[in-house]
Amino acid sequence: MATPILKVSGLKKYFLSSGGFTGRNKQVIKAVDGVDFEIYPGETVGLVGESGCGKTTVGRTILKLYDPTEGSIFFEGQDIAHASKVEIFSIRSKMQMIFQDPYASLNPRHTVGEIIGAPFQIHTKLSKDEIKNEVQSLLTKVGLNPEHINRFPHEFSGGQRQRIGIARALALRPKLIVADEPVSALDVSIQAQVVNLLDDLQDEYGLAYLFVAHDLSVVQHISDRVIVMYLGKVMEIAKTESLFKEPRHPYTKALLSAVPIPDPKLERSRERITLVGDLPTPANPPSGCVFNTRCWKAKDICRTTAPELLTVGSSTVACHFPE
Amino acid sequence: MTIIYLMTAIAEPRKELAQRSPRQIAWMRLKRNKVSMVAAGVALFFVLIAFLAPLVTKIFNVDNTTVYPNVLGDGGVPKGFGGGISWHHPFGLEPGVGRDLFGLLIYGSRISFSIAILTSIAFVAIGLFLGISAAFIGGLLDNTLGRLADFLLAFPTTFMYVALAYPLSLRVEAMGLAHHNGARIIVMVSVLVVFSWPGFFRVVRSQVLSIREKEFILAARTQGASNMRIIFKEILPNLWPLAIVYLSISLPGYLAAEAVFSFLGVGVQAPGSTWGLVLNDATNFWQRDPAYLAIPAGMVIIVVLALNLFGDGLRDALDSKSDR
Repeated sequence: MATPILKVSGLKKYFLSSGGFTGRNKQVIKAVDGVDFEIYPGETVGLVGESGCGKTTVGRTILKLYDPTEGSIFFEGQDIAHASKVEIFSIRSKMQMIFQDPYASLNPRHTVGEIIGAPFQIHTKLSKDEIKNEVQSLLTKVGLNPEHINRFPHEFSGGQRQRIGIARALALRPKLIVADEPVSALDVSIQAQVVNLLDDLQDEYGLAYLFVAHDLSVVQHISDRVIVMYLGKVMEIAKTESLFKEPRHPYTKALLSAVPIPDPKLERSRERITLVGDLPTPANPPSGCVFNTRCWKAKDICRTTAPELLTVGSSTVACHFPE
Repeated sequence: MTIIYLMTAIAEPRKELAQRSPRQIAWMRLKRNKVSMVAAGVALFFVLIAFLAPLVTKIFNVDNTTVYPNVLGDGGVPKGFGGGISWHHPFGLEPGVGRDLFGLLIYGSRISFSIAILTSIAFVAIGLFLGISAAFIGGLLDNTLGRLADFLLAFPTTFMYVALAYPLSLRVEAMGLAHHNGARIIVMVSVLVVFSWPGFFRVVRSQVLSIREKEFILAARTQGASNMRIIFKEILPNLWPLAIVYLSISLPGYLAAEAVFSFLGVGVQAPGSTWGLVLNDATNFWQRDPAYLAIPAGMVIIVVLALNLFGDGLRDALDSKSDR
């Protein structure tokens, strides 16, 4: 296979909680606790997991919006985890982000032209007219009317706003886009449009996506490979097809069994795995395998030894007893 | 009929839907608020008269220095109805000295408005600057400014000013910055600003803290925007409505504060004239010349009320909650 555009290894991001008035109860929140994966050019990698498992933190740390606590991030062979500000600035145009909430991700006081034109102002020396041309061609690309360049975000619907966000991310022809739940705030009918737009743009520009989501059906539709995360750790990485057909990790199984099947007969007849208990706090994760507190297959070894990511069949799984 | 009606409806360009900035929306809302539009008109009228005082007094052929002793009667009270109201003296005369009240009040309003506007602009500017700095830099600076603000807010402004006015005015005069009323005005503005920025500072700080966590700031960061760009291009435009509302709501307060201080004899002093000073003088004559008290008091009430109503309307119009 080709060389990966992004290679993340041993990535950790810990947050310090302030610890109240006296500062005595300081806690280390292990949001991301040792994550390894690669993204190849032109590929879509889905990143799934329940709320609070560190998906968003992974996306933001890759873009260096957070400084990683440990580990390395290689983007096109360059370690950006420990790069200087100047080096980071130069790769900003190659890695971009699409945000979850299209109502919060556009500055309400800027026109569409100003929003999409900002990356050009920051990274290029184009004149105002040239920027305007670029912005208008981008608006056409994402399926918006280029005449709406002087409108404000509040004049658009959620789906249109998300298109504006996509145009902004595309502005400088990035190679990797981290899409942080780009469709979860949209209506189902609009979700399909936006997902298809992302698909088309990928074909046109050869983009690689890290598609963070919790909606498994969307992930199944768009991803080439899927990473399953739980409590800051990778549980399973597999090709989309094999992951959905034969999940190896118990957690993946549980996740998939929660996806509704649009056929009442099948839906009623299948076995549904209901996880017992709550997600443990990332401030104090369980010892051994982090999933052992909710796993029906857990044995003693799961409580003492953390499983390594190992290849099982066509998947990579972190489990002592993979299927 | 119906067809023609439909056709005109189609032919009509959809003007209301065309590009409207948040500012235009606020202006539309403000226009719909009749009370605040009238209040704005009244306030603007008074401000204009204050700025064009020399012109206005020329038109009415009065000024604030000429004395008319021959119109005064027993005990210095002007002869005639309402404190000597006549064609030549529309508001009557000042008892005792005998200057024209209209001229006095118009020139007095200049000082009052200058103090109120200067104070408001200064404290809003300082509050914006320090609030953004504290929220953005955080850490020690944030803590220091926060405690300083708490400290200053613990003082009652009025008493502090009454206590500090005289010694500080002497200090300003000794430094040679200004003399007499000039020095007192400098001290009044400075003291008011020093004790009023903390309130606005706190609001700005909390606003910046909340805006800073919005996704569009994160988006700007992923684009590689510098801190300066984020402050000036992303955050500041979202603070303007707040600043404008604070400016317009605090203006009448300082107008009244100036009047109170001058009334108490710690602000501007004779032979200068402000509304507060005239009111102070009027208390000596209120039984013999009630119009001398009623006219300036009425003016203060009208202007302060108008500015307050306008400020309220502006706040409603700029309310960010209905921005969407």
